[in-house]
Amino acid sequence: MILTLALSLALQTPPGEESVAPYARSDANAGATPFPDDRLWRTFGAAPGVARIVDRLVELNQNDPRIADIFKGQDLVRLRRVLKEQFCYILGGGCTYSGRDMKAAHHNMGLQTADMAALVENLQRAMRESGVPFAAQNQLLAKLAPMKRVVVTR
Amino acid sequence: MRMRLFCLAILSLCLPASPILAAEYRSGGKLLLTDGISTVEGAGGGGIASWATIAGQETDAGIGGAAHATLVALPAFTLTALGASIGLRDRVELSYGRQRFDTRAAGAALGLGRGFTFGQDIVGAKLRLVGDAVYDQDRWLPQISVGIQYKRANQDTVVRAVGAAQSRGTDLYVAATKLLLAEGLVLNGTLRWTKANQLGLLGFGGDGRRGRSVQFEGSAAKLLSSRLVVGAEFRSKPDNLRFAREDHAFDLFAAWAIARHLTVTAAYADLGSIATVRRQRGPFLSLRTAF
Repeated sequence: MILTLALSLALQTPPGEESVAPYARSDANAGATPFPDDRLWRTFGAAPGVARIVDRLVELNQNDPRIADIFKGQDLVRLRRVLKEQFCYILGGGCTYSGRDMKAAHHNMGLQTADMAALVENLQRAMRESGVPFAAQNQLLAKLAPMKRVVVTR
Repeated sequence: MRMRLFCLAILSLCLPASPILAAEYRSGGKLLLTDGISTVEGAGGGGIASWATIAGQETDAGIGGAAHATLVALPAFTLTALGASIGLRDRVELSYGRQRFDTRAAGAALGLGRGFTFGQDIVGAKLRLVGDAVYDQDRWLPQISVGIQYKRANQDTVVRAVGAAQSRGTDLYVAATKLLLAEGLVLNGTLRWTKANQLGLLGFGGDGRRGRSVQFEGSAAKLLSSRLVVGAEFRSKPDNLRFAREDHAFDLFAAWAIARHLTVTAAYADLGSIATVRRQRGPFLSLRTAF
């Protein structure tokens, strides 16, 4: 019985990721409505472009003294995967978002406004390095900005 | 006295909220350029329009500040403005500005003497009421602030001689600022209740109109990169003095964040007719540091 439960949990958890407490899956968890077509998704370089941006974003965050501590002890394999899904979903790339909602995903992190701003700056840099035009960068940031209300808790 | 009471009221609104949250103190944390620059009156805003933004790079968890030096070189006059401001928890702004208005050669023609200089001190306070201009991208509600500026012109005898009713005055304003990030636009609209003549340099109220009137300040800017913004501003001004018509002011500007703590603004300003000398337009240069 315990063995089957452990097995089923292991099967649900993608390789290399730690298991998380069960939650209801929904695209609404992405915290923003997607763009109606895939124009922006293509501007970002589709899957390879978004993968490069997300990997670089996580790397910049890990090396940013302002917010590096927040990422210590986090499951970065899972973070990269769900961020790529979230960006793909919002940018109109047609992905399904399988992560938790923004409130649950940032629960107990004690994030401040300045943490969110540091992450935005790192994302701007990752997008810029990846050749995303400034106007397209701002269209994604406009979708992410209102998440501050649930992400920032102190 | 009224001014002092207002300041106390603002501070008491700000303070009770802070200790309860017990948020860890944090300096900085505003996104580049989102605190705007400093107006010639010392408040956070554009160059001539006061905005709803709070000066300094602090967030709701910190204290920040800014200092600026501005030069407006007009054909007949030179305006210099120096100022400093403090931002408390991105909620309250306290500012001080000092202006000098050198009449150069025109001073002689006006009968004041060559190089006669008007000046004024401006003490300001601003309180953010609602909204977040930057992060509220899913709402139309702008960031809205109310502000007060107490101004004291230093040439009491002269400003009265040209028809001003007083050499001291208080402006009240309400400002709404919104960043439309997806469009890359910054919009601001401000209503100011004022009787200041030429911002207050020529005193307050006059032989034409004695009391306050409602004036409008508007700014529209386009983000070209995370470091560069270009835009235009308009400011209507009262026309209280009989001896000289006072015009509205316009400018076209570019603000460039050359470093996190330093912004350079270059503009072309049209201040119209000043003290009977027409077509006063020229370059506007402002350096601003913020932390």
